Amino acid sequence: MRIAVRLVIVLLYAFLLAPIGIVGLTSFSNDAYLAFPPAHWGLGGYAALLRNSEFRGGLEVSVLLGAAVTLLTLALGTAAAFAIARFRFPGGGALLAFFTAPLLLPTIVLGLALLLVFARIGLLASFTGLTIGHAVVAIPYVIRLMLTALNGLPPNLEEAAATLGATPSRIFWRVTLPLMRPALLAAAALAFLASFDEVTITLFLVGPRLTTLPVEVFRYVQNHADPQVSALSVVLIVLTVGVIVLIERSLGLMRSVSRS
Amino acid sequence: MKRFASFAALLSPASALMLIGFVLPMAWLFRLSLDRAVEGGVLIPDLTPANYVQFVHDKFYLAILGRTLVLGVVVSFFTLLCAYPIALFLFRTRSRWRGILAVLTISPMLVSSVVRTFSWMAILGDRGLVNHALLALGLIDHPLALMNNMLGVTIGLVQIEMPVMILALIAGLSRLDPTLEEAAQTLGARPWRAFVRVTLPLSAPGIILGCLVTFVQVMSSFVTPTLLGGGRVYVMATTIYEEALETLNWPLAATISIILILVFGLCALFYERIGGRWQR
Repeated sequence: MRIAVRLVIVLLYAFLLAPIGIVGLTSFSNDAYLAFPPAHWGLGGYAALLRNSEFRGGLEVSVLLGAAVTLLTLALGTAAAFAIARFRFPGGGALLAFFTAPLLLPTIVLGLALLLVFARIGLLASFTGLTIGHAVVAIPYVIRLMLTALNGLPPNLEEAAATLGATPSRIFWRVTLPLMRPALLAAAALAFLASFDEVTITLFLVGPRLTTLPVEVFRYVQNHADPQVSALSVVLIVLTVGVIVLIERSLGLMRSVSRS
Repeated sequence: MKRFASFAALLSPASALMLIGFVLPMAWLFRLSLDRAVEGGVLIPDLTPANYVQFVHDKFYLAILGRTLVLGVVVSFFTLLCAYPIALFLFRTRSRWRGILAVLTISPMLVSSVVRTFSWMAILGDRGLVNHALLALGLIDHPLALMNNMLGVTIGLVQIEMPVMILALIAGLSRLDPTLEEAAQTLGARPWRAFVRVTLPLSAPGIILGCLVTFVQVMSSFVTPTLLGGGRVYVMATTIYEEALETLNWPLAATISIILILVFGLCALFYERIGGRWQR
C-alpha cells in the first residue's frame, strides 16, 4: 500500500515536470524537426536560434517593452499604493479591487477590447499601445506588492522623521522609499515578467513591423516545431529562473506568490 | 481639502492608465456587441441584440460554448485527480526535501504558456516520446494521433493547471487537523475509510476553489487549444480570436466575449454562495 502510494506520487511528479525536461533534451538536436529522442544529437538547435533574425528582433522589442512597462507601472503603482495605504480615505478596498480587476478578466477578452479601442484612436501596432496593454496587466502585481510592503513598514520611522521636521515629500524619498527597496525590486521583476511572457493580449496589438518574442514564437510554432524552439525555451527558462532568484534573494518566493 | 488633493494627485496617473487600458475598452466592447457587421468587416452602428440572438440560435456557436464548458469540466476533474495526491503528500510530509519539492511543484507556473504548450509537442507529436516508445515496443504500427485534437488539448491543460490546483488544495488542507484522521483510525476506521469520511470532506473548500479556478482558466485558455489543437479545436477563446482577426466580425467577437464574461460571473456567484456556507 505505502509503496503503491509512493509510486503514484512519483508518476504524478513525472507528469508535472517531464515536459520541461523533455524540452531541455530536445534542444540538443541537429534534426530539422522536433523528435524525442533526437535522431542526431548536437547543438544545431542553438546555432539555428542565433541565426534567427525574427526571434532577435522580437527579443529586442520584448526587452524594451518590458523595461518601459516596468518603469511606468512602478511609478504609477507606487504612487497609487502610497495613496491607498497612507491617506486611508474610505473606499481603499474598492480602489484596490478596481486596480486588480484586469487580472480577473480573460486575457483574450481584454486583448479584443484593447484592439477595438486602439483601432479607433490609432494606437494599434504602436509601442505606446503595447505599453498600455501590458501595463494594465502588470500594475495589479505592483500595487499589491507595494501595498503589502507599505503596510509592513514600522510606522514610527516616518513619524520620527516628521517630528524632526522633514517635509512629507522628503520623508517619502529619504525614509519610505529606501525601506521599500526589496519590494521595489520584486515588483520590478514581476512587472517585467508579466510583460515579457504576455502573448494573448499582445497578439491583438502587434503589427507587421512590431512584434514581441512570445508572439514570434507562437506564430512560428503554429507552422513548424523544431529543436530551435526547444533551444529558445531553455534560454527563456534560464532567464526566468535568474529573475526568480533575484526575487527570492530580495523577498522570498513563497511570500510574493502567496500575496499576489 | 489639501489632503484630498494630494490623495487624488497620487491616484490620478494610475487611474488614467486604467481608464484608457481597461474601463474604456470594456465599455466599448459591450457597446460594439450591439452593432452589426456585414461581409468584409464593415461596421454598421446599431443597437440590436442580433448578435446574441445569432449566437443562441446558431448550432455552430452553441456547440463551441458546449465544447468549451465540457473541456472545462473534464480538465478540472482530471487536474483534481492528478493534483490531490501531490497536495496531500506535500501537506503531510516531514521530509527535509519538502521546501525543494514545493518550489518544484509550482515552478511550471513560472514558465511561459507558449513554452509549456510547446513542450507537450515533444511528447505527444508523431515523432514524440510516447509514440516513439510505443512504436519501439511494437505495440502500434502507426503513430497515434495524440495532438491536433481534443485529447492533446486536454492533456496539456491538465498539466498546466496542476500547480494552481495544488496551491488551492494545500490552502484548503491547512484547515485540516491531522489528529482527526488519527482519531478516526484509533477508533477502528481503516485508512481508506478515514480518508473518505474525514479528510476528503474537510478538504472540500479547497477542492471547490481549485476546480472553479481551473474551470475559469480553461474556459478562457487560448494558447494551448490553438497550439495543441492544431487549428482543429474550436473553443470560445479561439473563436473570439478568429472572428476578430480573420473573419473581421468585431461585433460577433465582442458578443462571444461578453458571453464568456457572463460565464465567469456565474462561476463567481456560485463560489460566493458555496463559500458562504463554509465560512459560517
